Amino acid sequence: MVIQTRNLSVRIGKVPILSGIDLHVERGDIVTVIGPNGSGKSTLLRTLIGALKPSGGQVIREPGLSIGYLPQRLHIDETLPMTVKRFLQLPHRVPYAEIQAAMANAGVPGLLDQQLMSLSGGQLQRVLLARALLDKPGLLLLDEPTQGLDRRGASDFYRHIDSARKTLNCAVIMVSHDLQVVMRQSERVICLNGHICCEGKPEVVSNSAEYRELFGFEDEEDTLALYKHRGHDHSAGCIREAG
Amino acid sequence: MLDDFLVRAALAGIGVSLAAAPLGCFIVWRRMAYFGDATAHAAMLGVALSLTLSTPIFAGVLLISLLMAVTVSTLSGRGYAMDTLLGVMAHSALAVGLVAVSFLSGVRIDLMAYLFGDILAVGKTDLAIIWGGALLVLVMVGYRWSALLLSTLNPDLALASGISPRREQLVLTIALAIVVAVAIKVVGVLLIAAMLIIPAATARRFSRTPEVMALMAAIIGACASVTGLTFSYHFDSPTGPTIVCVVAFLFVVLNAVNTLTRRMGRHFRSGQQVL
Repeated sequence: MVIQTRNLSVRIGKVPILSGIDLHVERGDIVTVIGPNGSGKSTLLRTLIGALKPSGGQVIREPGLSIGYLPQRLHIDETLPMTVKRFLQLPHRVPYAEIQAAMANAGVPGLLDQQLMSLSGGQLQRVLLARALLDKPGLLLLDEPTQGLDRRGASDFYRHIDSARKTLNCAVIMVSHDLQVVMRQSERVICLNGHICCEGKPEVVSNSAEYRELFGFEDEEDTLALYKHRGHDHSAGCIREAG
Repeated sequence: MLDDFLVRAALAGIGVSLAAAPLGCFIVWRRMAYFGDATAHAAMLGVALSLTLSTPIFAGVLLISLLMAVTVSTLSGRGYAMDTLLGVMAHSALAVGLVAVSFLSGVRIDLMAYLFGDILAVGKTDLAIIWGGALLVLVMVGYRWSALLLSTLNPDLALASGISPRREQLVLTIALAIVVAVAIKVVGVLLIAAMLIIPAATARRFSRTPEVMALMAAIIGACASVTGLTFSYHFDSPTGPTIVCVVAFLFVVLNAVNTLTRRMGRHFRSGQQVL
């Protein structure tokens, strides 16, 4: 077990965001979390890294677990001068050869001397991934990692994550809006809406009534309504599949 | 050598500049410019406290600054915006301090000395306190440097790396309280924030990494201290404010030069392209 939650619930202020989350992730797993806006996806990841305290239940990490994290948004204040090279060495120094290799693997070899602030959204995502992998994490937490990347860039990015998972034998938990890619790449999908609506292999989830209702797929053509959340009955039977 | 009051004053100014430089950078990066002000204003209450209890000024100021720093750190993010909280605490503490000082009977106090500092009156003990405090701050900040930087850049990235941003913030505020306490003699309550912020702000345009910025801020601050002291000696102007004037002057001139050279560089490059 890399990370596990037991009956986890999280409130922000007085508003309950997550409740009853049971999650169990092993090394080598790749889990994708999907859900409409405000369904608690980022909250879940931020709770896993310890930025938010659970209001109930618990998060159990593998002892000595090192985590690579890609935040949903990284705001770089313009008052802080920071080269990519320096950023990759936070919080501790890394041999230069390793940095170069990490940047080359992430597909951005020439950026080391640039200011972090001057990077484009896509470049920044790749640099963040390079940094997250430098520490050889046991768990990689990615919050919408392909935002700012074009189609080609996104699929390269996913391929890179997948190869890192194999070489490091780490677990990956990823939030994504890119439903088609999710359905193709993940081994396990968790459909979140304050609680786990349904969970399992992509085919199982995409065929579940819960998922279709949550993402508004009653009408197959109606892709514009992708994220329109129709009020649905939380007590309705959830489809779950082990593993 | 230390028997010369000018040498002591110069060493005091340099000591404060060295400690203020890295802290000033963090204040600029974290957009907490008002924090330095608030801690410094609260220090006035510390002055009153020390005079009442007849303890060394440094001790009272350090105590109140630390209290202020810890209170604000704990209270922030609990329903009040940081700047509101600082505004309330800073000016209340300053006011209470000034009122308290006025009630102290039998003691004739030169309030100006605390508001604007009296660097020329720095004695050997003061000098020891200033350098002791400065070294302590440098060691604290140096030891936590990377953790502080990452927490400043993004608290969640820090957490994922096993660093607690709250703890780092506490380290920073404690270091700030120490600097305020040791700097009061040099530039006074009202001008400490200037010594924290202006050198760092001046260094920003010339720095590519955080380390360079902190180093440049230290150099700018130290130069300004010595230059300000010299001016003040020759023109008989108040020393603390003169030092701050020099820093402000450097800020304006260096930024103007920087903008100009960039423009000329661009002009030159575009000229070449035309040719």
